[in-house]
Amino acid sequence: MLELQNLSFQVAGADGTKEIIKNINLTLKDHTLTAITGPNGGGKSTLAKLIMGIEKPTSGRILFNGMDITDMSITERANAGISFAFQQPVRFKGIKVKDLITLAAGNKISIAGACEYLSKVGLCARDYINRDIDASLSGGELKRIEIATIIARNTPLSVFDEPEAGIDLWSFNNLIQVFENLHDTSDNSLLIISHQERILNIADEIVVIADGQVKAQGPKDSILPELLQGTESCKFYR
Amino acid sequence: MDQIQKTLLEQVADLHEVPAGAYNIRANGESVGRNTTAHIDIVTKTDKPGIDIFIKPGTKKESVHIPVVLSQSGLTELVYNDFHIGADCDITIVAGCGIHNGGDKDSKHDGIHSFFVGANSRVRYVEKHYGSGEGTGQRIMNPETRVELAEGSYMEMETVQIKGVDSTKRVTNAIIGDGAKLVITERLMTHGEQYAESEFNVDLNGEGSSTNVISRAVAKDNSRQLFLAKINGNNKCAGHSECDAIIMDNAKISAIPEITANCLDAELIHEAAIGKIAGDQLIKLMTLGLTEAEAEEQIVNGFLK
Ligand SMILES: Nc1ncnc2c1ncn2[C@@H]1O[C@H](COP(=O)(O)OP(=O)(O)O)[C@@H](O)[C@H]1O
Ligand SMILES: [Mg+2]
Repeated sequence: MLELQNLSFQVAGADGTKEIIKNINLTLKDHTLTAITGPNGGGKSTLAKLIMGIEKPTSGRILFNGMDITDMSITERANAGISFAFQQPVRFKGIKVKDLITLAAGNKISIAGACEYLSKVGLCARDYINRDIDASLSGGELKRIEIATIIARNTPLSVFDEPEAGIDLWSFNNLIQVFENLHDTSDNSLLIISHQERILNIADEIVVIADGQVKAQGPKDSILPELLQGTESCKFYR
Repeated sequence: MDQIQKTLLEQVADLHEVPAGAYNIRANGESVGRNTTAHIDIVTKTDKPGIDIFIKPGTKKESVHIPVVLSQSGLTELVYNDFHIGADCDITIVAGCGIHNGGDKDSKHDGIHSFFVGANSRVRYVEKHYGSGEGTGQRIMNPETRVELAEGSYMEMETVQIKGVDSTKRVTNAIIGDGAKLVITERLMTHGEQYAESEFNVDLNGEGSSTNVISRAVAKDNSRQLFLAKINGNNKCAGHSECDAIIMDNAKISAIPEITANCLDAELIHEAAIGKIAGDQLIKLMTLGLTEAEAEEQIVNGFLK
């Protein structure tokens, strides 16, 4: 479904170039829920941005269902079937929740349909559908609306960057269900960047990224126990 | 009226036929339709061009439409419209000016609107400006609005200029009485080589008076805008002005807010922000499948909505 080949990403800094992603090779299988975890600053968000086309790799290729998308724009990748829920969702002036969900769904959606997506992320649709996506929304609300837009897009690949951040406990339980549902009821693949054990626990595959590299990768059952022994002793984090 | 004039009328007043209630329609310098009601009288001025609109005290839920359309290239006019609004009214006033210039001479409409709002009245005033036509002649509008709010009254003023006006200089002068409030929302978009200037002077003279002046502006291409908002707090009062602007291409915008407190109990705030469209906003919409141009359009349309 998704193949990253020798992917590297460097930025020019004050003291020379800094390598943020270091020659990553990674393959996501069809219809899997893959969780990416690892320490802060390890390069997880950067990797997600490279997949969506928000950053362009310094070297390496990205294949999506066999098609080389490395040189495609964000728009082209979105239309090819990739979605991305931002770690820090964007605020607008004058764009309503309804507008964003409608754009995400591709304009073929009723108000009732838009409301359904909001309900899925634990928001009472009636209260939110006409709200502006601006500073009046809390971080948690914004985050859930972001997730609703990705559900509305319903693409073959959805990438979520720390979807749990800022979400309260009750909603978090629902969120787990949302991901499980997405996984069970479609052939789409999910890539979820997360630090939460409960999200890692519903993954088929876990990838550990630290210092711009894949430190470990494999089925949940083989990776999770090691991670749960705590970051102090965890060999992946060293 | 011909088709061009009808189209202009639709653009500036959302009118497809004659409006309900009182109205005065001015086309190419002449009054082409007028209606008065039991509570609202419209009288042609005798000393200068324009009309007086008299609204009886206690008039509720009525409207006055006074659209102006110009379709004759080279026409220049200066018109005075005075609204005398009695106490305890609740009314909506829709003005607007549309110029179609198909020729090479400049067309110009300068409208001076005065509002004398009686005690405890509520007024909603909507004004739209629109220009069209392929001619090389400029479409120019210089509206001046004078507002006097008596005690306890409230006026909401919405102005929109989105398309086709080459040059505009708008001045709004307001004097706010005890407990009265003026809310101004301006939406302005310029493109091509257009120039727009908008100046607000609000004197908060009354005890407990307040104002909120909100401007949302977008400047594209080589267009230029100047926004001036002056609020004088002369009593215990509250004043807020806000200019939020997006620049694109080679456009230029200046925002000059000025607040003066002449009273210890005056609370005045101004905010002004100018910048290009935020990159992450564009990126977010592109991840939903929009092209960069489509994303820009969404953001600008939302911003000016
Ligand atoms: N465009 C950039 N310019 C400079 N440094 C960057 C850039 N993008 C990311 N970084 C740095 O790369 C590292 C990885 O960041 P990120 O991908 O956000 O990590 P994670 O999501 O795993 O916490 C961080 O140290 C971050 O500061
Ligand atoms: Mg991150």
